[in-house]
Amino acid sequence: MPHSSLLKKLTLVVIGMFAFAFALVPLYDVFCDVTGLNGKPSLEVATESNKVLTSRTVDVSFTTHSQRNAPFEVNSRQYSVNVSPGEMVEVKFSAKNLSSEARVMQAVPSVSPGKAAKYLHKMACFCFDQQPFSANQEVEFTLVFYVDTELPEEIEELTLSYTVFDISEATASNTVAAKQQAG
Amino acid sequence: MSTVAQSEQNHHDHHAAKGFKRWLYTTNHKDIGSLYLIFSLTMFLIGGAMAMVIRAELFQPGLQLVDPHFFNQMTTVHGLIMVFGAVMPAFTGLANWMVPMMIGAPDMALPRMNNWSFWILPFAFAILLMSLFMEGGGPAFGWTFYAPLSTTYSNDNTALFVFAVHIMGISSIMGAINVIVTIVNLRAPGMTWMKLPLFVWTWLITAFLLIAVMPVLAGAVTMVLTDKYFGTSFFDAAGGGDPVMFQHIFWFFGHPEVYIMILPAFGIISTIIPTFSRKKLFGYASMVYATSSIALLSFIVWAHHMFTTGMPLAGELFFMYATMLISVPTGVKVFNWVATMWRGSISFEVPMLFSIAFIVLFTLGGFSGLMLAITPADFQYHDTYFVVAHFHYVLVTGAIFSIMAGAYYWLPKWTGHMYNERLAKLHFWLSLVSVNVLFFPMHFVGLAGMPRRIPDYALQFADFNALISIGGFAFGLSQLLFVAVVYKCAKGGAAVPDKVWDGAEGLEWEVPSPAPYHTFSTPPEVK
Repeated sequence: MPHSSLLKKLTLVVIGMFAFAFALVPLYDVFCDVTGLNGKPSLEVATESNKVLTSRTVDVSFTTHSQRNAPFEVNSRQYSVNVSPGEMVEVKFSAKNLSSEARVMQAVPSVSPGKAAKYLHKMACFCFDQQPFSANQEVEFTLVFYVDTELPEEIEELTLSYTVFDISEATASNTVAAKQQAG
Repeated sequence: MSTVAQSEQNHHDHHAAKGFKRWLYTTNHKDIGSLYLIFSLTMFLIGGAMAMVIRAELFQPGLQLVDPHFFNQMTTVHGLIMVFGAVMPAFTGLANWMVPMMIGAPDMALPRMNNWSFWILPFAFAILLMSLFMEGGGPAFGWTFYAPLSTTYSNDNTALFVFAVHIMGISSIMGAINVIVTIVNLRAPGMTWMKLPLFVWTWLITAFLLIAVMPVLAGAVTMVLTDKYFGTSFFDAAGGGDPVMFQHIFWFFGHPEVYIMILPAFGIISTIIPTFSRKKLFGYASMVYATSSIALLSFIVWAHHMFTTGMPLAGELFFMYATMLISVPTGVKVFNWVATMWRGSISFEVPMLFSIAFIVLFTLGGFSGLMLAITPADFQYHDTYFVVAHFHYVLVTGAIFSIMAGAYYWLPKWTGHMYNERLAKLHFWLSLVSVNVLFFPMHFVGLAGMPRRIPDYALQFADFNALISIGGFAFGLSQLLFVAVVYKCAKGGAAVPDKVWDGAEGLEWEVPSPAPYHTFSTPPEVK
């Protein structure tokens, strides 16, 4: 094989592997979605459930914590709920901006045990969007979800955890960038 | 050097450049090989000096010499320099010198690219070392630069680290492409695949590993760069990213990387052991297949570095078994070396001493690796000095000892002089004793729970740490003997015949000593 064609092929491998590093990002999510590993729940709005399985119940608990001193206090009104698979549940969360400035919050959900993540369907969640707060504002959020009827028998309880981030700076810089682009 | 003098007499027309420009413009594989080796030795000493700072600070409990932030920079930059500046360029240097001579080629296939791949390296390390002197200091997040340490919690000099790693990556990718093209296209007539010397085989496989994973490292540092400076969220959960994903991407590069640093070592040892046992290598074909299987397996074991990240049970089991599987081809190699020595007429020249030490101590490092592969046990060992002991056994008494062995083995061919054997043996014995005083007790303090990368420790580890530090200083100082041996050998010494070692085989021993500037301008016939 002449040097140039071998060189071309090897260069293609290098470029391909560089692209593969970036392809790993979506692949990683796809892999977690398919296998349900990592407790990474879907951020898609789920469709309504069409049947309810009354023969068994599952305990769903809620927990929230703020990351990197994000100035928010988010608490579920109930510590946990006992639901039947397929049953639609509404849970209220109270959220408060503890700082005296306008802030933007992003909640990132996670389900434990990780295997249960793909069986928890959310129809309405404050985690779907960035949540702007004015100074010291208090808001009530509603979470609407149901547990899939296909949930494996051995899972009797699961925890939905929210990590709350302060993303005010990131959104501010994005807005500035957007403005600069427009201008 | 006499090589230079002789070649300049023979080829007035070829390289008119003198002094520094001769080295800057050179496209000769031997010149570039020497540049790589000298650069690697320099980096070995700089990285070693940083290790001395670490051991001085850890000589006693408490904080005495440096502040913790500087300590973190030392552990980080020591790792980066030893991996990318010392071990990898040393192997590339040996490949540059030896691969064309072993396969009967006149030079590397892409000589101008060869020049580039060396000359961008000093800039990469200049950038990295410069950042240590800037406000805020250099990288302090460990050579593994886990996010968010390298994104959210790092200082603005991180960009310099990223660009330095980019340049190092480009350099080794170009070097690897060159090795592949050379081996595929420039073998002498009759040099079939299964006649290739093992050093050439292992380097070919290493080169494929390099072009497969160095781009992934480049991708990882690029993501760190954009996360830190351009508002992306690859590794930031607030923006939908995932910090654990960093570890997956990094170790997808990182695990094949550790084989990049050991496969050429296997090649060197497989060359030296038969020479001084005066027997053919036992199981040549199985060595080739074992090397290939190690390389392939290296792509499916990366998450054994991440057992404590909360992986699901299925993942932990898979990565545990896959990791343990690697000990099978590695065992094949070790048994083949021992079988080669079995009933050989062994003599103990310095390259052989280093090779035998390699077999024993690398195997020991392999065993502690097996212990770390056991997932439930790893929860105890993770991030302790046990891990530090493990990877220093495979990298110092493994990779570095093989490089030393190779250097002593081929130095007479390069310079035309025999080195001072007394001094070289002194270097070996001092290194052997001190390296074990340095790294062996780390197993114990690690098992007892001393965490790595921390500038202070609990009082009960004090005696062992003092001992480790003494071993460290002794090992560091012993390496100055190596510098002296190499310098003296380059300057003069007893002249050596073409075939320096009577048991040696291969094309490189058919050219004169010192190897002339141009060898195999007409390809030899291999039977």
